[in-house]
Amino acid sequence: MEHRKAFASATALSLVMASGALAQELTIATVNNGDMIRMQGLSSEFTEATGIELEWVILEENVLRQRVTQDIATSGGQFDIMTIGMYEAPIWAERGWLVSLDGLPEEYDVDDILPAMRAGLSFEDSLYAAPFYGESSMVMYRTDLMEAAGLEMPEEPTWDDIAAAAAAMHSDEVNGICMRGRAGWGENMAFIPTVANSFGARWFDEDWNPQLDSPEWLEAVTFYNDLIQEYGPPGAANNGFNENLTLFQQGRCGMWMDATVAASFVTNPDESVVADSVGFALAPNRDGVDRRANWLWAWALAIPAGTQQEEAAMEFINWATSKEYLELVAEREGWANVPPGSRTSLYENPNYAEVPFADMTLRSINAADPNNPTVDPVPYVGIQFVAIPEWSGIGTLAGQEFSDMVAGRQTPEQALERAQALVQDEMEAAGY
Amino acid sequence: MARTVTAQRKAINTGVAWVIGLLIFFPILWTLLTSFKTEAQAIADPPVWFFFDWTLENYRVVQERSNYTRFLWNSIYIAGGSTILGMLVAIPAAWSMAFVPSNQTRNILLWMLSTKMLPAVGVLYPIYLIFIQLGLLDSRFGLTIVIMLINLPIMVWMLYTYFKEIPTEILEAARMDGAGLREEILFVLTPMAIPGIASTILLNVILAWNEAFWTLNLTAARAAPLTAFIASYSSPEGLFYAKLSAASTMAIAPILILGWFSQKQLVRGLTFGAVK
Repeated sequence: MEHRKAFASATALSLVMASGALAQELTIATVNNGDMIRMQGLSSEFTEATGIELEWVILEENVLRQRVTQDIATSGGQFDIMTIGMYEAPIWAERGWLVSLDGLPEEYDVDDILPAMRAGLSFEDSLYAAPFYGESSMVMYRTDLMEAAGLEMPEEPTWDDIAAAAAAMHSDEVNGICMRGRAGWGENMAFIPTVANSFGARWFDEDWNPQLDSPEWLEAVTFYNDLIQEYGPPGAANNGFNENLTLFQQGRCGMWMDATVAASFVTNPDESVVADSVGFALAPNRDGVDRRANWLWAWALAIPAGTQQEEAAMEFINWATSKEYLELVAEREGWANVPPGSRTSLYENPNYAEVPFADMTLRSINAADPNNPTVDPVPYVGIQFVAIPEWSGIGTLAGQEFSDMVAGRQTPEQALERAQALVQDEMEAAGY
Repeated sequence: MARTVTAQRKAINTGVAWVIGLLIFFPILWTLLTSFKTEAQAIADPPVWFFFDWTLENYRVVQERSNYTRFLWNSIYIAGGSTILGMLVAIPAAWSMAFVPSNQTRNILLWMLSTKMLPAVGVLYPIYLIFIQLGLLDSRFGLTIVIMLINLPIMVWMLYTYFKEIPTEILEAARMDGAGLREEILFVLTPMAIPGIASTILLNVILAWNEAFWTLNLTAARAAPLTAFIASYSSPEGLFYAKLSAASTMAIAPILILGWFSQKQLVRGLTFGAVK
């Protein structure tokens, strides 16, 4: 009797365990960006082919970042795949928080990933996050307004060209130029450091001494501030990506400098009243400086160390960042909606070459070199960020100072002086 | 003597009250309107008010993309569960403090309130680690317990205030008639305190429903309530205001309806004891 009971419960237990193993389920944390929504929509094909069910946890960007950091630092094991950025990838890989993607199959063709993206997402020559889509920044401008002003935008403009164009297009109805002003390391501090690079400024010298008191920084920040005060929209100190996107789509900006991924939004006639009169140019530089103001970023998929489902997670990444996935999107939603900036083969595809912003996106990405972000040598990697754990704190604090400057509460000199002091304190506290 | 109020003054007061009321209600109205617009109309400048092609498209998309029912059920479970559990603890606690106070009662009450002054993020990591150890991450049960504990001080305080209003003589009379502790609480105190208990329950359901720090931090996919549902429609690179509005409307509708039907109780409960 006892034996039979024991046998029955053992059978029941093994059945439960077996059914658990059969219904494999991956939990994926991501953000609500258009390309991710498309991936979510198409993912039923993956489930059909593999039998692996997917649970999506979609969060606001800052919440996502906090949530995945907290989970990975405490080995919470809540997620099997995380959407992370170029800033986190090398830092987390170094700490052993991520599974190396060396195990991806041959057909995945890791060499096809754009070199800049691969470099930014690797640690010690191993890829730790697969780029789902990548971006740089560029100038988007109104071709109709430029024509009316009798100006022509060079493909490789200098800051003087940009200032002249802003002055010419600025009117009561239209703001000459829209740029980010809202405080935050992923907001204005994605943009201002690229301006600094293009004026030859750097965050730190080779011994990690903060350099915000240099003349280059002053020149860069003064230029940015003058431009946004004279030709920017009112309340620019509160504007981030979405606010400027709204303004541009309504026809309220002559120019907008921001992420290359915006190109597909501003040229979409369903959303944008200026869809058929948008031109693209490389991010500018100061005449004579051998660096342009363009950043490099990727939204990438990574597997946290400690997941119980490494193999299935690898399988999903192999699907979502593959060449076949790009073709699947093209087939269903058209080439303009294919996630940009991840693979070389996409830019070699003649169909994709017809997309109006394809060429400028690729050129912008290729113009970005995270290992040599500015003219002088630096001890850090990263263009619009410094790939050290302290950066998010530093960026947030300094971003507040620059946002206050745009709001007219302090001068560029004061903002830089205070930012320099803040950065110095943070770095000393961190033991540099 | 009551003050005489002139008709003119009354009209002004009514007018001012309406203006303030509408100002407070405006964001909700705007969210509701936006949820029926297209994404282009949602960001139109000048803004579109009432005359546009009303569409249910956003609701359709939200329904298609998210499992609303699961989020809703999680919200009901967490808000309901934490309130029921909390009341089971708070009623006896408030009873003892109101009717058999000791020298320390006042201190205990203040100490309980002091836990509300601690910023939640200060205890995030300890609680997260405890949750990992106990396997409670992303579970409705774990979240229910945390929300219950967070709201417990408010429950005890509210009930304590109501119980204090009840004359002890009535309870003494019940005791003289032979009522034990259980009967006293269940058959004498509770019926008299029903308005207070009802408004405490209502307020706590609302607080638990709207709680967005712990519900976002301690859940992933399975236990996520409607707060996570709203959060999933905010986008760093893309404009989805209309869909976000539709999701928000769907998330706040149940609690708004509940509040509407019970507003008498709620107002009475919240102002009770304020004019002593």
